[in-house]
Amino acid sequence: MTDHTSDPGFEEATRPPRSQWLDVWDQFKTHKGALLGAGFFLFIVVAVVIGPWLWPIPYDAIDIRARNQGPSLAHPFGTDQLGRDTLARMLKGGQTSVAVGITAMALSLFFGTLVGVLAGYFKKLDGPLMRFTDLFLALPLLPLLLVIIMLFRDPLRAAFGPESGIFILIVFVIGITSWMQTARIVRGDVLALKEREFVLAARSIGTPDRRMITRHLLPNVLSPIMVSATLGIANAIITESALSFLGLGFPSDFPTWGRLLFDATDYLQQYPERVIWPGLAISLTVLAVNYIGDGLRDALDPRIRGR
Amino acid sequence: MLNYTIRRLLLAIPTLLFIALVIFLLLELAPGDPMANVPLTVPPEVKEKMRIALGLDQPTHIRFLKWLQQFFWVEPLHMIDALFGTHWGDGMQRIISWQSRSPVMDIVWQRIPQTLWVVGLSYVLGALIAVPVGVISAYRQYSFIDQLGTFISMIGFSVPTFFTGVLMIVIFSVWLGWFPSIYDTTLVVHDWETFVKQLKQMIMPVSVLALYNAAQISRFMRASMLDNLNQDYVRTARAKGLKEKTVVLVHVLRNSMIPVVTVIALGVPQVFGGAIITEQVFKVNGLGQLLITAIQANDLPMVQTLTFIFAILIVVFNLIADILYGVLDPRIRYD
Repeated sequence: MTDHTSDPGFEEATRPPRSQWLDVWDQFKTHKGALLGAGFFLFIVVAVVIGPWLWPIPYDAIDIRARNQGPSLAHPFGTDQLGRDTLARMLKGGQTSVAVGITAMALSLFFGTLVGVLAGYFKKLDGPLMRFTDLFLALPLLPLLLVIIMLFRDPLRAAFGPESGIFILIVFVIGITSWMQTARIVRGDVLALKEREFVLAARSIGTPDRRMITRHLLPNVLSPIMVSATLGIANAIITESALSFLGLGFPSDFPTWGRLLFDATDYLQQYPERVIWPGLAISLTVLAVNYIGDGLRDALDPRIRGR
Repeated sequence: MLNYTIRRLLLAIPTLLFIALVIFLLLELAPGDPMANVPLTVPPEVKEKMRIALGLDQPTHIRFLKWLQQFFWVEPLHMIDALFGTHWGDGMQRIISWQSRSPVMDIVWQRIPQTLWVVGLSYVLGALIAVPVGVISAYRQYSFIDQLGTFISMIGFSVPTFFTGVLMIVIFSVWLGWFPSIYDTTLVVHDWETFVKQLKQMIMPVSVLALYNAAQISRFMRASMLDNLNQDYVRTARAKGLKEKTVVLVHVLRNSMIPVVTVIALGVPQVFGGAIITEQVFKVNGLGQLLITAIQANDLPMVQTLTFIFAILIVVFNLIADILYGVLDPRIRYD
């Protein structure tokens, strides 16, 4: 008679089933950098979402008597040349930067996944869509981005107001210029999945194409999409601040991290410490997101999991 | 291979034409008026004549074809003229910048040396740093050096160049005063002193871009080395009793360089594009800065020409990367 409780096989069988996401989380936890990055990113998101409500000084309050101050108790990050509180502006700017990052990422993922799934699943669309993707990859993106913003800034500003007009424009241009990598990865995965038995089985019971894509293909390409999502956020935040830095982003009274950095460079000689805050915020956020992506890639890859 | 090259070259022509059309049509929507900075005292009928002189009364497709002719036929002729003293291009209308009223390509040629020196040097330097870092990181995987290399390259591509650049200016020009913060392009190197000066002003922009490039390339190098280190031929080489140095630096390195070389080739045009920001930070008046000023001044012929030059660079280097891949790796055949 063997003791059932000490039998490893028995234990394995009677243990409550673990979901895939629990396994992924377990693996993710082992990656120190990713865990730190996730914590920091969460902190930044919470700070920029609820920070402007908690911090008593509004971001556009001008106090001309308190201009160009260093860090103090009243203004922990100091004030700028008009006496506006830098901490309040950082929080408000972060709100815009993170919002642009997440929305642009969502848009580019949507485009990328759509093109990738369509090209991978429908053979007829594969050729044209992939040529289209190649064409986009051959475009000089940063110059075109600048040109598009120059052209459409004024009409959109007139149509939607200065802030939301620019927001829509920037999110849109970042979205339509960064979907190509996702599309290629998704297409490759869909092509491989299409040959698998479960797809054949689903087809043999007459699953329509739409259900086939949403029920069988999309859940299986979720992991590469999630990794591209994190890289997409990082890319969008950097691109937005680069545009603001080149003076082609948001208007100057509407702070974003890139804009704050750009404004601070004018006072580089007198107040060099002023460039540190926005620059550090951009860099640390992007670093955190990249580490999350790194950890996620390892956690979602079943070959690495458990090592 | 030759067949493939020819086919790709032929395919590049419609691609480039299509890109040129896309850029042209985009700029066609531009609200800017080339007469905007003509003084208000100039009467409207004179302005109208100036517009006709610029060819703006022609329909879009005519202007597009004219631009193509100027870019692909007139400008090369003028280049040959300038090089060999011939007179083939005389009397032909060149692409004229609205901003400076001088031929666009002349200004581009003036700006290319600055861009090539700063950007080109930083790319070469970045690749030279990246290869040994990648090799060591992969050979001692998960060691302290590997972790450090990973962390530095993570910083390299997370911290945007406009922050590293500004940070370097704060530290090295504002606080320490070692290097000038603005790149002086009028400097002519004719003796040792000016050479040192040139070196000093190049250090910061070059190292900012080199860090960024090295970060990208070293990741690829590490991954590629790791792929190769576990291959059977490495075990064979070791079993034959080859020295470890020979195994790693000759057998593994040469095989791992194949994808890395193509990545380096693919990155060249992006460097020109990405350098827009670095050139802006350090006030280097290269191609990127030319593009920014042209965009701000609504100088459409200049924007069109520069963007198209960037597009040509991308298409050409994509082609080079694909061909290099085939040349370096005999297993890859494009037939």
